[in-house]
Amino acid sequence: MTPNPDAPADAPAAEPAAGATAVAALRASVDAGLTPEAREWLAAALADAAADTPGPSAGLLAWEAHFAAARRRCGAAAADTVRVLILHAARADEQVAARVYDRGDAAERRAVLRALPHLGLGPGAVPLVEDALRTNDTRLVAAALGPYAAAHLGDHAWRQAVLKCLFTGVPADEIAGLAERAAGDAELARMLADYARERTAAGRAVPADLDRILDLTRKEV
Amino acid sequence: MRIFDPHIHMTSRTTDDYAAMYDAGVRALVEPSFWLGQPRTSPESFYDCFDSLLGWEPFRAAQYGIAHHCTLALNPKEANDPRLLPVLDELPRYLLKDHVVAVGEIGYDSMTPAEDRALAAQLELAADHGLPAIVHTPHRDKAAGLARTLDVVRESRLAPGLVILDHLNETTVAAAKDSGCWAAFSIYPDTKMDEDRMVRILREYGTERMLVNSAADWGRSDPLKTRKTADAMLAAGFTDADVDKVLWQNPVEFYGQSGRLELEPEKPEAGGATYEGNSILRGGS
Repeated sequence: MTPNPDAPADAPAAEPAAGATAVAALRASVDAGLTPEAREWLAAALADAAADTPGPSAGLLAWEAHFAAARRRCGAAAADTVRVLILHAARADEQVAARVYDRGDAAERRAVLRALPHLGLGPGAVPLVEDALRTNDTRLVAAALGPYAAAHLGDHAWRQAVLKCLFTGVPADEIAGLAERAAGDAELARMLADYARERTAAGRAVPADLDRILDLTRKEV
Repeated sequence: MRIFDPHIHMTSRTTDDYAAMYDAGVRALVEPSFWLGQPRTSPESFYDCFDSLLGWEPFRAAQYGIAHHCTLALNPKEANDPRLLPVLDELPRYLLKDHVVAVGEIGYDSMTPAEDRALAAQLELAADHGLPAIVHTPHRDKAAGLARTLDVVRESRLAPGLVILDHLNETTVAAAKDSGCWAAFSIYPDTKMDEDRMVRILREYGTERMLVNSAADWGRSDPLKTRKTADAMLAAGFTDADVDKVLWQNPVEFYGQSGRLELEPEKPEAGGATYEGNSILRGGS
């Protein structure tokens, strides 16, 4: 993985202290909703992740199997957060995150994307965000545009992603740091105006979020 | 009428097929990984195919109200290409996924030593993962192929109740039933099995551990053969309950042994009718 040369110059550095607090809060919120059996499973899974316990087959650590099984063990509602906690406990770096993403199903990929801001990573995981943005799976597109993308995604890719949200119906509220990054972005404003013109010419409705984002581009930086 | 097609290759079918299947009563299906027609040349090609069965096809099926599950394996034909054997080492990672409800389709194509090894190894993988297996019987030399398949199944750790023997016909059904495995029949326009022959087999052998599929793929095949068989059963005097047993309850019972069946398709989210750059419903952008 190569750092993105197009990354914004003012990207904030990773912040392990605040990250640890956020992860503790995630753990508490997910624990509260789990059955005692699932809670016990999660505690054991996180211990395996911290200890790098060998897994059920060659080349597979125990936590990687837990990561895949999380939805069956903890339920659909908790699965994303449980998977984020497992990746965090495993101290997944950019390479590990990429491996789990590449070999994951759609739900696992979404969880890797959600985990990115909690893993203290540099820009090396941007290719995962870019991969998710190439899909039109709205669940992946939305998950890709979290705080990690706000911090590390280059300007061109970020503008394309905003436009893609309008195309595919991902609500603008899913885009982390939207107001900050859109402020003063004349190029994004041009793209939005062109898109509105294209839709109007075709007799089709302009997505409701478009004007809102256009307003944000007119704000002072 | 509710229908579960326990073996169909939707990767090769169109969105029109999905719509027609829903209209005919299909609400759930299982798509086994298989030979794509064009031989593959690298393991990575398999992983892309597995990803598709775990991403794109369930997404597509959900747009049409159909719950999609899959079975994964190195297929018999390609087990003969040594370049592809690394797939066997990667399978354990994939067999952990939520919507993988069996190992398959495995079995014999030309009955070679390489196929022997792949079949035995993948039956073990199924046993290791607490999954059933869908075992295809060969198109050529079918009766001998079934006998050899049954030997390998008996030598494996997988109980017969966790095994489907697929593509059966009049000459192989008795041995398959005697083995304790589930007996599956692929209803084709003019080859493997047809609706009326299927009705005669159901009359003779009953509806227990019997499965009917369309096995529709890129060849001459028909994704509505499940419904047509149901209609033929009713016309021949079978009851609605018999039809429901063969075309819904039996596949639910068999694949339910994986613990991973979810019969409600994932609801498409608002505006989410696109995937990987393609608009599925053509209603969005």
